[in-house]
Amino acid sequence: MGRERRKTENLKQLTHGLKMGIPIAVGYFVVAFSLGINAAGAGFTAGQAAMASFLCMASAGEYALFSLAAASATYFEVAVMELVVNARYLLMSCALSQKLSPDIKTAGRLHIGLGVTDEMFGVAIAQDKVTHLFYFGMMIVSTFGWTLGTWLGVTVGNVLPGNVVTALSVGLYGMFIAIVVPAAKHDRHVLYAALAAAVLSAVFSFAPVLSKLPEGIRTIGLTVLVSAIAAIVFPLKKKGEA
Amino acid sequence: MSGNVYLYILTAFAVTYLIRVLPLTLIKKEITNRFVRSFLYYVPYVTLTVMTFPAIVTATGNVYAGLASLVVGIVVAVFTENLFLVAGASCVVVFIVNLIANAL
Repeated sequence: MGRERRKTENLKQLTHGLKMGIPIAVGYFVVAFSLGINAAGAGFTAGQAAMASFLCMASAGEYALFSLAAASATYFEVAVMELVVNARYLLMSCALSQKLSPDIKTAGRLHIGLGVTDEMFGVAIAQDKVTHLFYFGMMIVSTFGWTLGTWLGVTVGNVLPGNVVTALSVGLYGMFIAIVVPAAKHDRHVLYAALAAAVLSAVFSFAPVLSKLPEGIRTIGLTVLVSAIAAIVFPLKKKGEA
Repeated sequence: MSGNVYLYILTAFAVTYLIRVLPLTLIKKEITNRFVRSFLYYVPYVTLTVMTFPAIVTATGNVYAGLASLVVGIVVAVFTENLFLVAGASCVVVFIVNLIANAL
């Protein structure tokens, strides 16, 4: 490829990434705003919450971070919880590694690793071939929406009327529902696993003695238990599915 | 909060980043162990369910608003499968139920 043509191709890839990032960023902004309200409730300043969002780019992971920090958990508990809550990114990164253009060097992979989220993964995996510049384009726009949303959630969240803040604080749960339900709809094994998880979670939240377990331990324990049983009872087919 | 905020953030970042970047840089081959693949497949759905339920019901201080939010969220998710519509609908429902509850 000539130098001029490579330049044009690079610009095309970057622009394509930026464009694909716009709808993601708009959605992120709203959800991050709700996350920012949670962060403020946990005692984080706007700068600290924005820093967490810029670095982590993970709704469930940051929600866990904010709640555990508010509960004065140990750093080890935070580390284990992040591992559990974000375990799905391990699978996504495995799948994404098969899609990355072979000319992406280690530095590029280290950079893309910052932006493996549910939505960016979803968009990337639908491409024929993922270039570094395409992913970079998506990351610029998405990270901006996510970080700005979090920052505003902390700052403006306090100014909003109480009933609006209360309403927005369930936005994250709504996002989690939006990840689980479609999967459960298309795969009844996921449905069974999710139902079992919901029942056990309710039992461990309300039953005497059991409800004394710390929230983090409950989440980790039930996740490992239910996922392991599901993996034994409903193993994936030899090829594909995941 | 009694710990250092920045250490909490860095811990979360370090773990999250390693999870994402290690497969991208190290694993060139597909995971073949059936149990590991199956386990990892179920983990996100199970953990998100545990985190959402029953927490969403009690999150707003009004159990009816929480339940309505859960039900509407599931219904919208079944029909639209759209992340942002579901999150938006869950919030709007809580707002409306709380308005009604306060008016009564």
